[in-house]
Amino acid sequence: MGAFGIDDILARHVGQEQSLIEILHDIQLRFRHLPQETLAEVAGHCGVPLSRVYSVATFYTAFSFTKKGDTVCRICMGTACHVKGAQLIREEAEKVLGIGAGRTTSDGKYSLEVVNCVGACAMAPVVIVNEAYHGKFKPVELKKLLGRGE
Amino acid sequence: MKQTLATLPVLRAKLKEERSKLRCIMVCCGTGCRARGGMQVADAIRDELSAAGLAGSVPVELTRTGCHGWCEQGPIVTFEPEGVFYTQVKPEKAKEIVASFQSGEPVSKLLFRDTKTKRSIVTYHEIPFYSKQTRWAMRNVGRISPTEIGQYIARDGYKALEKVLSGMTPEDVISEVEKAGLRGRGGGGFDAGRKWRSCRKAKGDVKYLICNGDEGDPGAFMDRSIMEADPHGVLEGMIIAAYAIGAREGFIYVRQEYPLAVEHLGMAIASARENGLLGENILGTGFSFDIRIARGGGAFVCGESSALMRSIEGKPGEPRAKYVHATDRGLFDRPTVLNNVETFINVPLILDRGAAWFAALGTDGSKGTKAFSVVGKVNHNGLIEVPMGMSLKELIFDVAGGIPKGRTFKAVQTGGPSGGCLPEALLDLPVDFDSLTEAGSMMGSGGLIVMDDRNCMVDVARYFIHFLVEESCGKCVPCRDGLKQLLEILARITKGQGREDDLDKIDSLCFVLTEGSLCALGKSAANPVLSTVRHFREEYEQHIKDHFCRAGVCRDLCRYEITDACTGCTLCAKACPVECIAGDRKQVHVIDQSKCTRCGSCFDVCNFGAVEVRSAR
Repeated sequence: MGAFGIDDILARHVGQEQSLIEILHDIQLRFRHLPQETLAEVAGHCGVPLSRVYSVATFYTAFSFTKKGDTVCRICMGTACHVKGAQLIREEAEKVLGIGAGRTTSDGKYSLEVVNCVGACAMAPVVIVNEAYHGKFKPVELKKLLGRGE
Repeated sequence: MKQTLATLPVLRAKLKEERSKLRCIMVCCGTGCRARGGMQVADAIRDELSAAGLAGSVPVELTRTGCHGWCEQGPIVTFEPEGVFYTQVKPEKAKEIVASFQSGEPVSKLLFRDTKTKRSIVTYHEIPFYSKQTRWAMRNVGRISPTEIGQYIARDGYKALEKVLSGMTPEDVISEVEKAGLRGRGGGGFDAGRKWRSCRKAKGDVKYLICNGDEGDPGAFMDRSIMEADPHGVLEGMIIAAYAIGAREGFIYVRQEYPLAVEHLGMAIASARENGLLGENILGTGFSFDIRIARGGGAFVCGESSALMRSIEGKPGEPRAKYVHATDRGLFDRPTVLNNVETFINVPLILDRGAAWFAALGTDGSKGTKAFSVVGKVNHNGLIEVPMGMSLKELIFDVAGGIPKGRTFKAVQTGGPSGGCLPEALLDLPVDFDSLTEAGSMMGSGGLIVMDDRNCMVDVARYFIHFLVEESCGKCVPCRDGLKQLLEILARITKGQGREDDLDKIDSLCFVLTEGSLCALGKSAANPVLSTVRHFREEYEQHIKDHFCRAGVCRDLCRYEITDACTGCTLCAKACPVECIAGDRKQVHVIDQSKCTRCGSCFDVCNFGAVEVRSAR
């Protein structure tokens, strides 16, 4: 019996190396990060050394060791978005939130991420807040969208 | 209910008969249309239909379709079979839409207006964006509900599988695909039939089939649209391929950035199993094959086949050297066939309609159609499927409507980070596997990003190298360190610190990168740089020698000035994010250069051409 609340997640996946990424996805979804104390349990379940879990967890950008904010703002930096000024949106977001891309505000409310194309190119440039997509985005709309208007 | 070879045709005939009497209101609920309220539109129309006493009454149906591929016009609502096409629909319009559905009178405000002729167009059959297309791979995209297997079956779905399992041998299937000349749509363009044959011949009882849905090339989204809108088409192609190579187990590897595709594929797999089309004893023939979904972890390199296989195995996605063929030793070191989403969706067509039919489409070396994602600085951003061999010019100017705001075309970027930028002089090139490669780019997965004179070619090269630096897995030195050096050089050129010999250095670095890298990511990484140096050399020289970025993108190399052409309309002052433009109404405005961030917002909004890009010096 594990102490970290991931028993049900582990139970859903066969105990083999192949399940590693899927398990980490589920943990990331539940805790908004990978609590390091859960990883030994994952390693045990999958029958791999802990180093292998870390190797996978650090390779893929989907996983993070620091907790994501309540609101995750993702800025698409795909080519279509780039040629339509995604860089300006990114700079505005960094200014509005006061953090660099890949960071979370100290109050834990916002995370800012950049992604390499979300496949919504026909409505570029695109910003995604949590699960909601916003297309043909203008930098000036950001404050309002993030509820940080004056 | 589990279908068999005997019952499936009966079911299809029944569904066809039922559906032929239906009139449908179809609401696009793909990722793009959802973003703009597609689901709310569908709900509002549903409520309106029931208020009008039409809901549930045969023969009216409200269908939530997958992505049409024309997201900029979304949410899209169509009437079938009439083909009435409404754009940018808001939930408040539901009443008018239902009224128009009943009366046959179109709602003129919601119709598409042709930018060239200024004419409103009623049906999508008449809109050039659609009428110039030949949609085969995207045959069901936007025409069915992706979550209803019956709608797929009614449109001749699983008919090819039925034919294959009714008496074709695996050998027959492979030679049909070979005769069709189907080449992989993911970028490499490898002959699919040949790949299947080598895997079939390979030793071993356990073989795997993989569908690559890790559409990583930024700017391409046809696979997302297909997976979201026609998941059964992908499954059917895979089941046929599995039968041909002798695989019992398959995987669809989908990017984690595509949650809706994962959802729809998952539902499709479940309903295919329930209907005896997937799993044990398919259609009662004794053939068994099952499919699982593997989610990606947000790594571009996993689009490379050997890296993708490592990822399914639960390992970091590092590629292997190519002398080991996946058809001999692929996933879990077993013989494996990996094809891309668009490749698989062509398979049922080939088996159903015959190799000769397929081979008659396209060009000598590139058969069939190809879906392109034409995006960037064009009037109509979206997915365009045409027979291979159409010229870039036709695609960009005729189908996608040309360059907006009266600006001039500068380049089209094809093939993602492995491709390159092509200038106006090469616009007559036919788009197929071989022609673009000769010009220093590649067709790749079919992303075409159009750029105008406001895009800087050095910046675009820097963008791609920055992308690749982040996505390089780091296993081999030329890619890991070579890209980093390349980025440093490009970054300093865009900052005005370029050196006379930088272009030579770029040249030799690119050579090492191309020759020395382990996988296609590194081997093709030089293309965005080499192609821009080759076709836009004078722009690089202007950056290095004159410290000037004429596109107004590299901020250290330009400044914006308002000329006497200014009418004092105040648009620019309103658009300026740092409020550094001063001027009274009807007076020439002035930019405070000390505060200006060179974002170019003023340039883009000015309707009088009064804002100019000048050298920073």
